[in-house]
Formats: sequence, structure tokens, C-alpha cells
Amino acid sequence: MAKDQLMDLEKALELYEPVLGFEVHVELSTQTKMFSAAPNPAAMDEAAIEPNTCITPLCLGLPGSLPVVNRTAVEYSISLGLALGCDIAPVSRFARKNYFYPDLAKNYQISQYDEPIAFEGSVSVEMDDGTLVEVPIERAHMEEDAGKLTHVGGATGRIQGAEYSLVDYNRAGVPLVEIVTKPIEGMEGRAGELGRAYVSTIRDIVRNLGISHARMERGNLRCDANVSLRPRGESAYGTRTETKNVNSFRSIERAVLYEIRRQAAILADGGTITQETRHWHEDTGVTSPGRPKSDADDYRYFPEPDLLPVEASAEWVATLKAALPESPVLMRRRLRAEWGFSDVDFQAIVNAGLITEVKATIDAGVEAPAARKWWMGEISRIANDRDVEPSSLVSPDEIKALQSLVDQGTLTDKLAREVLLGMIDGEGTPEEIVAARGLEVVSDDGALMAAIDEALAADPDVLDKIREGKVQAAGAIIGAVMKAMKGQADAARVRELIIERAGAS
Amino acid sequence: MSDITALSASELAESLASGDLSSAEITQAYLDRMEATESIVGSFLARSETALDTAQHSDARWKKGEARSPLEGVPVAIKDVLCTTDMVTTAGSRILEGWIPPYDATVVRKLREAGLVPLGKTNMDEFAMGSSTEHSGYHVTKNPWDLSRAPGGSGGGSAAAVAARQAPVAIGSDTGGSIRQPAAFTGTVGVKPTYGGVSRYGVIALASSLDQVGPVSRTVRDSALIHDVIGGHDPHDSTSIPIPWASMTEAADAGARAADLAGLRVGVVKQLVTEGIQSGVKQRFDEALELMAAHGAEIIEVDAPHCEYAVAAYYLVLPAEASSNLAKFDSVRFGLRVTPEGNPTVEDVMAATRDQGFGDEVKRRIILGTYALSAGYYDAYYGSAQKVRTLIQRDFAQAFDKVDVLVSPSAPTTAFPLGAKLDDPLAMWAGDLTTIPVNLAGIPGMSLPMGLDPEDGLPVGLQLMAPTYEDARLYKAGATLERLFFERDGYLVSSRAPEVV
Amino acid sequence: MSEMTPDAVRHLAGLARIALSDDEVARLAGELGAIVEAVEAVQSVATEDVPPTSHPVPLGNVLRDDVVGQTLTTEEALAGAPDHDGTRFRVTAILGEEQ
Ligand SMILES: [Mg+2]
Ligand SMILES: [Zn+2]
Repeated sequence: MAKDQLMDLEKALELYEPVLGFEVHVELSTQTKMFSAAPNPAAMDEAAIEPNTCITPLCLGLPGSLPVVNRTAVEYSISLGLALGCDIAPVSRFARKNYFYPDLAKNYQISQYDEPIAFEGSVSVEMDDGTLVEVPIERAHMEEDAGKLTHVGGATGRIQGAEYSLVDYNRAGVPLVEIVTKPIEGMEGRAGELGRAYVSTIRDIVRNLGISHARMERGNLRCDANVSLRPRGESAYGTRTETKNVNSFRSIERAVLYEIRRQAAILADGGTITQETRHWHEDTGVTSPGRPKSDADDYRYFPEPDLLPVEASAEWVATLKAALPESPVLMRRRLRAEWGFSDVDFQAIVNAGLITEVKATIDAGVEAPAARKWWMGEISRIANDRDVEPSSLVSPDEIKALQSLVDQGTLTDKLAREVLLGMIDGEGTPEEIVAARGLEVVSDDGALMAAIDEALAADPDVLDKIREGKVQAAGAIIGAVMKAMKGQADAARVRELIIERAGAS
Repeated sequence: MSDITALSASELAESLASGDLSSAEITQAYLDRMEATESIVGSFLARSETALDTAQHSDARWKKGEARSPLEGVPVAIKDVLCTTDMVTTAGSRILEGWIPPYDATVVRKLREAGLVPLGKTNMDEFAMGSSTEHSGYHVTKNPWDLSRAPGGSGGGSAAAVAARQAPVAIGSDTGGSIRQPAAFTGTVGVKPTYGGVSRYGVIALASSLDQVGPVSRTVRDSALIHDVIGGHDPHDSTSIPIPWASMTEAADAGARAADLAGLRVGVVKQLVTEGIQSGVKQRFDEALELMAAHGAEIIEVDAPHCEYAVAAYYLVLPAEASSNLAKFDSVRFGLRVTPEGNPTVEDVMAATRDQGFGDEVKRRIILGTYALSAGYYDAYYGSAQKVRTLIQRDFAQAFDKVDVLVSPSAPTTAFPLGAKLDDPLAMWAGDLTTIPVNLAGIPGMSLPMGLDPEDGLPVGLQLMAPTYEDARLYKAGATLERLFFERDGYLVSSRAPEVV
Repeated sequence: MSEMTPDAVRHLAGLARIALSDDEVARLAGELGAIVEAVEAVQSVATEDVPPTSHPVPLGNVLRDDVVGQTLTTEEALAGAPDHDGTRFRVTAILGEEQ
């Protein structure tokens, strides 16, 4: 394949304005598929499922099979529509999109056409520098996924040159919501960044709603990026390409920038852009031409006669709206202000995916710094060691109980970490573990003083040094006392007592 | 015991309940009759190999007092459009030759659960596209009344089997008249229930918004018995109506007991009694109206002006939906695969399979339907046809404001000779004029025999129509009429069918 | 495409994925021309103000609870397949791309 000519990004942006559009497919994590009672692989560990086991007659398009709409999938779709700021259609309709392809069992996809369930919305997307960009949403519609093809023979599982292909229909019928943006203008040099930020915002939204696992690498979330260039000073949009198979946030950014540079080179050379599907190649970082748009794209949509319209009553929508969680972008901005963390600390929590846990712990009554410290520190460390989700180890209420003991002076931080381990291993409540392991801090000043005097006897110069103002000299004595107390002493109190002793004699 | 096959399903049910007959005896009598007549009539595409076993099972249940329904042990023939796990299911198409579905249609499941004994799968026009059963991918079915004539279609196999006493009752499917027109041609009773009254799950779809499964029998009461078994809500079919239905059998019994038709307002749809009607059909229809009037019915002429556009609308809606429904026959998961010479791609394989596996009528309708849905033509064709449905529904709604039932001849002619219309699709389609509006509107319709044509001696069918949900009205009025015809003629038309052998 | 030319029929056959022979194309072009003319009658009464009917008996929301039901085994799924590898359906090389 001939290498594409690419123009410098800066030069390209001088000559042309990029116009973007995104189509994001979200696989919903309902228990069953969109139109059949087959188990939904998108809600399971897909790698562990044998081919053609999550199937009913409908998934195979067997003669006589019929679809029935999954209520929960509709509710998830409405919730997503609301979270995208869309209007919810009081009546929406399924339609058949007709085309032949071996992964499409019925050779039509049940989708929505001119009457989608959600339309006209807007999503706040946070850019790297913290500014917000409003991305206009045209529609979000319900549809079903297709099966999976494996190409055998020929090079590296590619369709070209394959001898034959194998079809697994487990994924056929998985509920999808397709979110389509309106054309996005004015992003200029941030066009790629916006693509990445937009799709990651969609990921956060659907995870926050609990309606999709949204693992991009597994195809729970898929993005097609539309890019066109408009010569400066003109008003009509240019011809667009649709880049598919962009499977990570970073590749969305790269693919958008690549298309801007590729198209700019063609246009500047007097060429024209072919309206086509293009494929992103993660390994080489280029897009390659796919199928041009043609007469074969006559999908012959018509209302699905096997299904009745979906009626979303005002009450139903209101109930779902009331249950909607706060948008992740807005929640993050609010929490950052409320918690008072540094940008670095806050971003670390976001990146660790622990916002929900930290928030719940603070809501349970733990001070923000302590909540952050627990989740980002010891809990994450243990979770990492054991290869489990941090949230599966301990609950915010348990953290609260543990931290209360620290706040009361019953436990030092070090002892508390030991107690945490006991809690995770199911030894009981923090109090029970403290009692069982005898971990309580020694708060009897008499006992502490005896230990201090014993340590001073071995190192009598210390008191003089303290009196001369070299307070740090107390460190050696503190260390000795803590050792003698097996760590079950409050170091700060020991220090106070040493200084007291120096003053008194 | 050739007499057994002359008994109605109701009579068989009585004999089974009283112990006078066993299901094994009945089933054997039908198998014998099939053996003797099938090579002549050709009603079946597949025969059950387990019918006698099933019958013996039913007999054991009767003995233990565990009969599951009044029809426990009564044989039934099933149109090949319904999925059966124990018999090949092809919808009359070569593209499905040898296919055994992994699931039963809901209707088949209900028949089994009620203890009926499936005898076999009946012949039909390929994918139910046709009005003569000549478009079957396998063989021609002959009309038992005259072996040179067609039994009607698409359900010619079910109607011929019941008329030829190869089965006491049968299941059909009706998209534009495929139960009622064959019933009329063979002197049997056939009912298309209200759309959504009987589950379509496991019924190989022709036109999803028109298809409906229903009974074929020799008496109105027998159809009612079957209707009660197969009808009712099915959560596997989204278009299935979730309401409790009245007992059709009770309605039929009430009708049979009724002294006359007093108070019944009968509407004659002007547009369905056209000039093209065969004179003998017209004569029997006029006599039927006189008989009804003489027994207290009020005959009112009503207008349904948009029925004039019904055939045109039907031949847009049906091909459009069918073109999509039949896309699944692509050689990947089931059915025929034809691999052309050279290095074919899967696209080539699909296209070759569909060319070879589908018959001419199916291809004709798929291409027409593809056209009706294609970009730039949707509004003019499919969209306009859907609007005509609205207009026809309104016509019927207005008519039913004035009358309780509507009547027309079931078909404009008696059974036509085999081959007569095979090369003229438009002529074949025009014969469905009387039955099509019922499917477009979704209302229930029944065909019952109203005599024999005085010229050709062939059965003539009367079509009764009722408003949506009012299927019971058909059975009540139908049962009364059946008795009045019997009292007038001294016989039931079905009992006059020739011996065939 | 308002004329049912052989090219129009060929295009439709492509969409419907049927490898019609030239004879079939020629015959269908003739037949379908007459048929299309006949069915065009619907346009004369299908005016703006008439709503379309896609379901003869309109029902409200028909929705299913999100509960797993009966599934097919792989053996049942593959039983009718023209070709398979034991767990998946096998097809010859694919020319086109997904949509
Ligand atoms: Mg798309
Ligand atoms: Zn989509």
C-alpha cells in the first residue's frame, strides 16, 4: 500500500478547519440480550465463554424466531439519553437495517432509524487543561450487536487473503446504544484531544450509570471518528471519512490528527477526499481505505413489524431521571473544590478509578486526607498484590470505623494498617481485631515514663542536648521506647513526655 | 374401519372420552387412509414416524383419567411453515430441504401439550407465496374434489388433507387468504384469527404484519376446538395480544343451538362482490343471503371503498416484509449451500444459493419488495401501502358500526385447473381480492362451505368477517349458518368429497 | 430506476443477494414492469394526511424482564449448518467489509 502524504499539522490547520463527528457504540451490561433471553456476554467474562453457547434461535436468525425487547435495556438507554442531556422520545420505534454479512444472523440489524429513543443533547467534556467543551449530541439509539468473525489462513487474521472465516454468534444481539454527535467545529489543534476526552467522558458516564463495563479493549465501547476539513473562509463542510476500529483513547487522538494531516495533503494538492470508511492500524499509526460509500449502502430501513413502538411515559422517564447519579465531569469538578487536594493528588485518584470509593468514605465521615490516604495507599497496595479491585476489599463504613480508632488515639497509623489487613482477611471489626491481637496503643503515661527513663539511663546526654535546644535528639529515645513498647505507643505522646522530663529535671 | 376418517374431531373426541375408540385405532385409520390416498392427492411433505407411539401415550392417559384436553389423542396435520423438532420443516422450499429445527413453534407445543397427535407436515406454496400450492418446491397437491384442479394456496396441503380425510383437522397459516381460499376450494372450514390472537413464534415468517396461524377442519366446531388450543397470549411473540379470549367452542355450541339468526346484522361488502365473480359462486352467495334473511338476519349493503386498493397494497407490504424476512436464508447457519465454480467468496456462495434455492415466485416477490423499500421509493410504495391499510381499517371500522358481521364469497371462483394461472402472477394475485383486506386490517375471517357450484359441482365458500377481538362472533354465526345449510341441503359439503381412490 | 430495466433488476438482485441469470433478469424486468404499474394504484389515495399502519392491532409497550431463559446448545446450533469446525460456523472467504 502506498504511503499517505501527510501535511504538517500546523500547516494543515492554517489552511483548513477540522470538523469532527463521533459515533460511539456502547454495549450494555444487562443480564440478557437486547431481543432475546440469551445470557449477555458483555456482562460476563467474555474470554471464558465458549463460541456459540450464549444463543437462542433468534441469535442465529433461525426461521420462525422472533424478538422481544428487554425492559432493562430500554431503561439503561433512557438513563444514558438523560445523562447525555437528550430529550427522550415519548414514542420511539425499531427499524430493520437490511444488509448481508455473515456475522449478521438475520441479514438485517434491528436498530432505530428516524424515531430514536433519545435526541438533541449535549455533553460537557473536560480537556486536559481543565476547560470544558460542550459536545452536541444528535441522537442515541438502541440496536443489537453482530456476531464475531475469525479469519483463518492468509496473514495475521486479516480478512484479505483469508481462506475461510468462522462465525461465533455469542455477541449477536448484545444490546447497544449508538451515540451520534452533531458536527463539532472550532476545536482546531485540540481536535484529537477532544476525541480522546469525549470518548473517555462517555466511558465515565456509562460506568457511573452502571450500564456498561465500557472496556474499550474488549469492544464494550467502540468509536468511529468522522473527520472532514473545511477550507478557511468557506461555509460548506468538506467530504468526510469515517475511521473505524479505533480501540483506545490514545488512538482516537492519533487517528483524528492523522486524518487531518492526510486529508490536508490531498486537498492542498488539488485532490478530492473520497467518502469512505477507513481503518485505523494501531501498530503502524495510519489509517487505510476501506469500503467506499456506494449504492450498496441502500439499507432499506422500514419499521420492524415484529416489534411494537417503545412508549416512554413521562412518569417512567421522571423515575429514571430521579435515580440518575451526578455527571462524572461535574462531580469531579465539585469534589476537587470541596476536598482541597492538589491537582496532582486529585488526578491520581481519578486515574486510579477510586473517586467513588474516596467519595463514599468521606461521605461516611472520614476526613478527606485520611480517606485519600487509605484508598490510594494501603488498600491499593493490597489490591495490587492480590490482583483484585480495591473496592472489593473493604467498605467505606469499615474505613470509617478504623479511622475513628486512629482519631481517638487508640491506634497509630502503623497499627491501623495491621488492623486493616485483619479486616480484609475477615478477622472481624477493627475493635475485635485490636482486642484479639492486643494491638491497642499503650496510653498509660506511667508505663511510658518507665520506658523513657530506662532509655535515658543508657543515653544520659540526650536530656542536656534537649535543654540546649537540640530537640531532634529526642528521636533516639523515642525509637528506643517504641521498640520497647513493640510499636504500641503513640510516638507523639512519647516525645511530649521526654520534653517534659527534660524540663522537669 | 374406514368410517373413522369420516368422523369429525368432535366426534372422535367423544369416542375417545367414552372409550369407544382408542387414539391408536384412530391414528392407524388415518395412516391407512394416507397410505391409500397420498400418492394421488400429495398433501404431505413429511410424515411423522412417531404418530402411533404418541397415540398410545394418549390412550394410556385416557385410561388413567389424565387426558390433557378434549382433543387428547386426536390426530392433526401441520402446515410445513411451523417449526417441529421431530419432523423436517421446509416451508415448501428447497432452500430448507432436510432442515430439522431445534425448537417447536408455540402452536405446535400447544398442540402437543393438549395431547393431539401430529401426523405430518402439509404441502404449501414455497414460503406461503401463492394461491394454488403449485409453487411448492417439492410437488403439486391435487384438489380431492377434482384431481385436475388446484386445492388453493398457500395452504393447499392442509385443506386437501382435511378434505380427503387424511386428517380430521389441520393447522394452516393465512397471510392473504392462505387458510380461507383453500378451505373454500376444498369444501372445508378455515379460520384466520384476529392478528395477534395466535402466536407466530416458530412460524416461518412471510409477511410479519399479516401472517396469522389458524385451524382447518370439516366443521365449524372442530375449528373452534383447535382455535381454543392454539390461541392465546405468547410472551415469545411481541405482537401477541395479552388478553383472555372467550371460548370459541362455547361460541360455536351457542351458535349451533340458536334457533335462528334473529338480531344479527349482516353486512355485504359491495366492493368484495365484484363483476368477475363466477356465476355459480354468485348464485350460492345470493342464496346464502336469502337463507340468512329468511332466518331473521338483517342484510345491509355496506361500502368499503378502499378495498379496491387492497390487492395493490398487499403486493407491496408482503414483498417488502418478505424480502427482509427471507434474507436469513444465506447458506451460513442452516439450509442449502451452493458453492459455484472457481474461487467463490461468501458473497458469491450466498447469491448462488439464493438463486438456486428459491423458486421463481419467491425471487419475483423478493425483488419487488427490495424495490418497494429502496432509497427514493419507500414513500411511494411501502409507505403508501401502509397508508392504504389505515384507510381499509377505517372502512371496516365504519362498516362494523352498522353491522355485526360482514360477508362475501371467500373466493371469486371455485377451484381453478392446475396450471391455469401459473404463468400469470397478476391473475393469480387478483383471485385473492376477497381475502386480502381482512389481513391488511387485522380482523378475523372464516370460510365455510355454502354449497356446490351448480355448474362445476365444486365447493363454494362463504367468508364471514368480524371486528378485531371478535373471533367468537364468527364461530357463533358460522355454526348457526352451518346448521341452516345442512337443514337446507340435507348434507354437509365436506361429507360429499369424492372417495379419491 | 422507475423503469424496470434489466439494469434496475440486476441492481435489486444485488441488494437481495440473488445471482439471477441473464434470462431471469430479462423475464423479471418484463413481469415486474407490469406489476409495479398495477401496485402504483396505492399512490392515488395515500395522501399526506393519512397515517401509515405498520401494526394492524396496536399494543402498548411490549417488554420482557431481563431474565435469562432457555438457550441452545452448540450442538443444536450447528446441527443444521452446511459447514462448521465443531464450535463455529464456517464460511468461504469474505470479500466485503463489515458495515
Ligand atoms: Mg453507524
Ligand atoms: Zn450502530
